[in-house]
Amino acid sequence: MNTIRALFTVSVGKKIVMGLTGLFLCLFLLVHLSGNLLLFKHDGGAAFNEYSAFMSTSWVIRIMEFVLLFGFAFHIVEGVVLTIQNRRARPHRYALNDASSNSDWTSRTMFVTGSIVFVFLVVHLNTFFVRHRFLHVQETMYDSVVHAFQRGWNGWYWAFYVVAMVLLAFHLHHGFQSAFQSLGLNHKRYTPLIKKLGLLFAIIVPAGFASMPIYFHFQQFVK
Amino acid sequence: MDLTLKIWRQKDAQSEGRFVTYQVTDISPDMSFLEMLDVLNEDLIRKGEDPVAFDHDCREGICGACGLYINGRAHGPLKGTTTCQLHMRHFRDGDTIVVEPWRAGPFPVIKDLVVDRSALDRILRAGGYISVNTGSAPEANSIPVPKEAADEAFDAATCIGCGACVAACKNASAMLFVAAKVSHLSLLPQGQVEKRQRVLRMVAQMDEEGFGNCTNTYACEAECPKEISVSHIARMNREYLAALLTSGK
Amino acid sequence: MTLNAKIPEGPIEEKWTHHKDHLKLVSPANKRKFDLIVVGTGLAGASAAASLAELGYNVKVFCFQDSPRRAHSIAAQGGINAAKNYQNDGDSVWRLFYDTIKGGDYRAREANVYRLAELSVNIIDQAVAQGVPFAREYGGLLANRSFGGAQVSRTFYARGQTGQQLLLGAISAMNRQVDLGRVEVYPRHEMLDLVVVDGRARGIVARNLLTGEIRSFSAHAVILATGGYGNVYYLSTNAKGSNATAIWRAYKRGAFFGNPCFSQIHPTCIPVSGHYQSKLTLMSESLRNDGRVWVPKKKGDRRPPNEIPEDERDYFLERKYPAFGNLVPRDVASRNIKEVCDEGRGVGPTGMAVYLDFSDAIKRLGRDVIEQRYGNLFEMYERITGEDAYETPMRIYPAVHYIMGGLWVDYNLMTTIPGLYALGECNFSDHGANRLGASALMQGLADGYFIIPYTIGDYLADLGFEKVDTEHPAFKEAEKEVRESIKRLLSINGRRTVDEIHRELGKVMWDYVGIVRSEEGLNKALGMIRDLREEFWRNVKVVGSERELNASLEKAGRVADFLELAELMAIDALHRKESCGCHFRVEYQTEEGEAQRDDEHFAYVAAWEYQGPDQPPRLHKEELSFEFVTPTQRSYK
Repeated sequence: MNTIRALFTVSVGKKIVMGLTGLFLCLFLLVHLSGNLLLFKHDGGAAFNEYSAFMSTSWVIRIMEFVLLFGFAFHIVEGVVLTIQNRRARPHRYALNDASSNSDWTSRTMFVTGSIVFVFLVVHLNTFFVRHRFLHVQETMYDSVVHAFQRGWNGWYWAFYVVAMVLLAFHLHHGFQSAFQSLGLNHKRYTPLIKKLGLLFAIIVPAGFASMPIYFHFQQFVK
Repeated sequence: MDLTLKIWRQKDAQSEGRFVTYQVTDISPDMSFLEMLDVLNEDLIRKGEDPVAFDHDCREGICGACGLYINGRAHGPLKGTTTCQLHMRHFRDGDTIVVEPWRAGPFPVIKDLVVDRSALDRILRAGGYISVNTGSAPEANSIPVPKEAADEAFDAATCIGCGACVAACKNASAMLFVAAKVSHLSLLPQGQVEKRQRVLRMVAQMDEEGFGNCTNTYACEAECPKEISVSHIARMNREYLAALLTSGK
Repeated sequence: MTLNAKIPEGPIEEKWTHHKDHLKLVSPANKRKFDLIVVGTGLAGASAAASLAELGYNVKVFCFQDSPRRAHSIAAQGGINAAKNYQNDGDSVWRLFYDTIKGGDYRAREANVYRLAELSVNIIDQAVAQGVPFAREYGGLLANRSFGGAQVSRTFYARGQTGQQLLLGAISAMNRQVDLGRVEVYPRHEMLDLVVVDGRARGIVARNLLTGEIRSFSAHAVILATGGYGNVYYLSTNAKGSNATAIWRAYKRGAFFGNPCFSQIHPTCIPVSGHYQSKLTLMSESLRNDGRVWVPKKKGDRRPPNEIPEDERDYFLERKYPAFGNLVPRDVASRNIKEVCDEGRGVGPTGMAVYLDFSDAIKRLGRDVIEQRYGNLFEMYERITGEDAYETPMRIYPAVHYIMGGLWVDYNLMTTIPGLYALGECNFSDHGANRLGASALMQGLADGYFIIPYTIGDYLADLGFEKVDTEHPAFKEAEKEVRESIKRLLSINGRRTVDEIHRELGKVMWDYVGIVRSEEGLNKALGMIRDLREEFWRNVKVVGSERELNASLEKAGRVADFLELAELMAIDALHRKESCGCHFRVEYQTEEGEAQRDDEHFAYVAAWEYQGPDQPPRLHKEELSFEFVTPTQRSYK
């Protein structure tokens, strides 16, 4: 069978695509988070603004944007396809199903957590990426961040971010280690390590992102 | 002990099914779950009613024929146990027990609690073997197999084909079943020759039967009466990827 | 009709080779013109179907289970014997042959048993090549263990699931042929009659258990591999569905029945816990390698086992049989266990059990080693009884396990109906009056992989390709009889369930045609079986209809046949006025209470011929001659 076609049509192939794109997106999160940490530098946003200017002009980054776009697209589309197929595989559902005794709930709610993270993604892109790249607003990226987290949506925009990050954490909790399993990377000795690492990743990365809206929102009351 | 049973009754594949409630009394804690159903069926026959149909045969946990969804769990509440080896001492007097057939698109209900699991056989027939004609085998000890590999192959080969993995999986995926066979044969030197074709064909057949996709919830491992590890699924994924990249087509 | 066993001439080591060299062959191009039917998908059936299809025959396979893989060979735990002598402990084909003949108490054919021992080595090769994950040593080579009735380590095993692994190997070979389009499988089909045309087996009538459809299948030869009939005792270690229907209908169509009363009672089973008991579970005999069997010396000693001091325990097998100890053959162990329980020294709530104690082995080898060897058996025991056998001794009691008797077959495995073959447990052939541990798997696979593929060609070569149409009157007649018998079962509408009557039959058989038999008991049993049969046909209640999945109807048909077979077993047991192997007649024992054979009068196979309903069967004798071993009084002391 054609290898590429198999990756998108065969069950195991789809798993592999989900795993690969998932891990790629994890890597993106890490890069994104480390850049955004510049927000915490007490320089009135100078370093952060410089960083975002670089991100929007470098041709390497522009290419990576497309890769990222495809990464998201495949991950999301495959996720939706898998969910639909999986529901069809059990047309008649159980009257009583005690799923909690055989599996972790985060593993069973990937579609829900993923969907909410997707909604977040749209909102997030609209707030920052679209306004700066396509609408060419005149304020600096740093000001946009501060504005959004302090007063956006009547002062609740930040809370939406925090909730979304909690859901992202759940999504990552299952997704991180699951990706390794899907790629066939399971080993008696290393899998427990990967699971611990996944837990750590699922806590630290979303917590890092969530710390930004929390910091900027509450900063305004402290002063 | 006395129990209330809510059992799925369905006359045949075409009919609509429904739950019917039965009371059973004087159940001994030493009875197996199937013996408890035997008691119910004897009562039903005496009353001239149709007994509850369920698959069973060896009643010692190895043939894989039995398989009921009991109180929301494949083979009931006990870990590593088939329905026939589940004893009533794990229930309490006065309990209500809900009994359903395996539910999955590729496992249509035939009658009451009996489902058609022939899809699993069709997957095994799509290459789940080593091609060796009778009489052409080399001397057994001419193929040394590391003990670890033999033991791990055995762990996979212990699958009884009951379908609990499919029943328990939220996606009705048969990955653990298929992986058990792929892994068993790919761990052994004898299975190397055909391993690429085998994994490609078996996975293709699995998909054709309409099983869902694996999303690594690991419910299969938790409910497998033989406690087959999902590490075999990882091995199959690996084998599949390797086969895809090297199949030359 | 005189019985011709067709045993080849010559020295025993050369009989099979010589025979094979002179069997007629069917050319490769002609094999596909022959249709063969295999009934049953256990080790014998699956291996036969695979091997015959590999040769090029068209094979149709039938099983009553939902999948061929569920046949009851799957439940064999302990292992499979083979004279590989990998342990360098002096094993050889001759020794395996000798142990099997001796274990069978000199009631099996020398030539068959020698062939079995000879083929045992090929079976291991075949299974390993298929990917059967046998236990291995750290060096990567195959491991062995010892088993009851043998003084060498020649048993190959796959933890406690050897039968499962061997069967899945055979099924995978068969699946390959299904994949290649040479085998067609009919699961959930039960053979209900054999069709004989012009004196030859030419097909079967089967019922589709899902739809109730009665259908004929025509073939050039029919191979039965339907297993044993231990379920005639109601409680046995057999699967619930195991039955005698196929061989019984063959018997009624003219196939002789060999040694029907030879039924083996396995000493190490989990005791009965109540009247609802639906089956008994075997604990592999391999447990006797490390477990010690004992009961309290005092009658009615109700103390928990751990409180009974060493000097108040009676390790009766070790005491009576110092050479073999706990590893005496099954019949000897079973009889001794029954004896101590009958004396009132049995243990457990029912007093119908003895201890199998691992505490010494755990002390000597450590818990880990015991867990490695028997872990799954201990788990199984705990699951069923709720007791931890690492802490407290197991309780065991004998249960019906294997049937040596079955359809009479000649050296080619053909019954007295030309074109009808019987393989594995459903024939009478290789185990004499008692089967050695780890030999059933060996026989099933030898028959299927290595015997039938050769011998069937000899028959087909002379037969001609012509097919018999299923419209032939013989098929139509058989179909009609099957339909009528089903209608009759459904029309009785009495007051007793099939299981009630079956349970009652089982009790009669266990009490009078079980471990110990007597003339008085057997006569009593004959009367009771006849009464019960009458009661069945007058008062049984079968619900539902014939055109659906109807377990109650299936069961009724099987029990109806058991009720006839039981009578033949009792007749056979009554006529055999000697004790041999598992057939222990109280009238015939040595002063030490051991089985007393009568070689002068009973060194023969009793082959019974059906004479019509309610007619006594006719006895034919196949004299057994022992040219190569000298029958001796078995002694395991």
